[in-house]
Amino acid sequence: MLPLPALPARLLAAPIDLNGPGHYLHWGVIQISVANLVVIGLMLLAFVAAILLPFPRFPRKRGRR
Amino acid sequence: MNRKRPRQETPDSHAFPTRPYDLVKEALIALLAVTLLTFGLAALFSSPDEKPATISAWTQADPADFTATAVGELGGTSATAQYGPPYNTAADGQKLGPLSLQKWAGVKHPIDTANDLVLQPLRQTPEPAAVTAALAQWSAATTDQQAKWTSAYTDALGKAPNGDPAKVTSGDYGPVPALTARLLQLGRSGTLDAQLLAEGHYFQTDYTRALLFLADGSYLQDQARAQHLGGDQWGMMNETGNYPGQAWLWLYTFWYQVQPYKSSANADALVWGTMALLSALLLLLPFIPGLRDIPRLTRVYRLIWRDWYRDHPTPRGDAART
Amino acid sequence: MSASQPVEPRNWTGALRRRLLRELPPEKLLPDSQPAYMASWIYLFGVLTVAALAVVVGTGCVLALKGPSWWHLSSLGHYVNSMHLWSVELFLSFMVIHLWGKFFMAAWRGRRAMTWITGCVAFFASIGTAFTGYLAQQNLDSQWISTQAKDGLNSVGIGAYFNVMDFGQMLMWHIVLLPAAIGVLTVWHLVLVRRRGIVPPIGAVTPESETPTEQRTEKQP
Repeated sequence: MLPLPALPARLLAAPIDLNGPGHYLHWGVIQISVANLVVIGLMLLAFVAAILLPFPRFPRKRGRR
Repeated sequence: MNRKRPRQETPDSHAFPTRPYDLVKEALIALLAVTLLTFGLAALFSSPDEKPATISAWTQADPADFTATAVGELGGTSATAQYGPPYNTAADGQKLGPLSLQKWAGVKHPIDTANDLVLQPLRQTPEPAAVTAALAQWSAATTDQQAKWTSAYTDALGKAPNGDPAKVTSGDYGPVPALTARLLQLGRSGTLDAQLLAEGHYFQTDYTRALLFLADGSYLQDQARAQHLGGDQWGMMNETGNYPGQAWLWLYTFWYQVQPYKSSANADALVWGTMALLSALLLLLPFIPGLRDIPRLTRVYRLIWRDWYRDHPTPRGDAART
Repeated sequence: MSASQPVEPRNWTGALRRRLLRELPPEKLLPDSQPAYMASWIYLFGVLTVAALAVVVGTGCVLALKGPSWWHLSSLGHYVNSMHLWSVELFLSFMVIHLWGKFFMAAWRGRRAMTWITGCVAFFASIGTAFTGYLAQQNLDSQWISTQAKDGLNSVGIGAYFNVMDFGQMLMWHIVLLPAAIGVLTVWHLVLVRRRGIVPPIGAVTPESETPTEQRTEKQP
């Protein structure tokens, strides 16, 4: 049996406790948690940023092997 | 867009100018970045772990609901007892149009709710004489008589204040009150949890009986709905607490919120059929005219490759062809 | 047989080797250059997805060391479980952003339909793998998910063979069968990307054929 160390619980307790009553937004038939909305929002932001942010230009080499 | 358009064959990517690039370095940097991000998110937010619901907790939180559910299991009127395949033949199950897939799959996990969830746990435990006699009375009765007793007791429980078995009006319920009262005691002690989880074996990992019994009552559902996990709460997408859930299931759960799925007796089959169709469309997108033209028509690609288009204007300017 | 022999042996091994070298020579498998048109941050999301998959599998292996109950009993185990959960969130997020990018690039062009298809199947398999993972949690969430999901699966006959309330079955699908499928699909997908190269921009022409008046005739990939 592998002897993995047992760390004290306080060292690994999360500073941001997401347990507890969830926060939900209602819009017509749509109900979404704030957490999911944040995740989806970050994804959209990442997608838009990836497309719009300028990409560094590198010196090019012509031709192929 | 019906006119026949000449289409350019996509050129070989190896015929284009290149620049030096380190694939392995990129992969290792990506791995390091994701690992660090993971360490960080886990340290910051941890993960949820709500304690499981038990029959023991159920009997203490809502003994009336437990008793009513137990009578339903005994009388064959509970959701599981009336389910159909794969548990029994009490119903045919859902249909997807003309396809009775649920029925065709057959009864592959037979459950006799009266025996598996009520009588067997009682028989496995040393019982007081009154309960042994009640078991004998039940076994000796006809199926019709058994159904009359459970039906009468279900009605009586429904009329009793708070569904309290102690406040039920007197009537001919046969051995049912004694059996379900004893089951409640087994539930309170944790014995029923252990018996249902074991399913009669020493080693086993199939929790079907225990979970079906829990799901037939209101307790598990109440715990779940309090966490916004109910079907009409878009629950499929959600996690307990304020944790992000399964955002990728948004379209799957969406259909349950709208008609005709919302009020259909075949909602589950219809949603599965719809999602199977949409998945097929996504999979076969390269071959579907119209859908495969959306990238060209929406012109988001002009942003992605703007550097290239600036340096290499296409022959027709903006009229790019695939 | 030495390499200087003029006639190659006619056997399966030789044929396979020659085929592999022809389809995917080392320069294509591990190129040290990339097409000049790859100038967008969107291209990162493929490698980010694979990196996240590696972390998911790695943290899953650590969880496997001590078994499925460990994370309920140990704070270190709970932390590793948290890593597994968040790496899955990252994995699926990166994968979906990668899908959005590839869609808007119409990346199936130029005989790359199989690349698209293997990617989609990997996406669906990943959702299935995550699903079995949620079932294997052994807590309130998994109790609810299993008793609800059973209705969907039973309605189309799958539940008769795939019992979401059978923890043992679900755990083995989660740690053996589905990761193996994702592994095969991922390797296949990556090999296809290397074979065909990264899809050129829509309407792009090779520098040798860059004339303003030249017309091409139809051939849809």
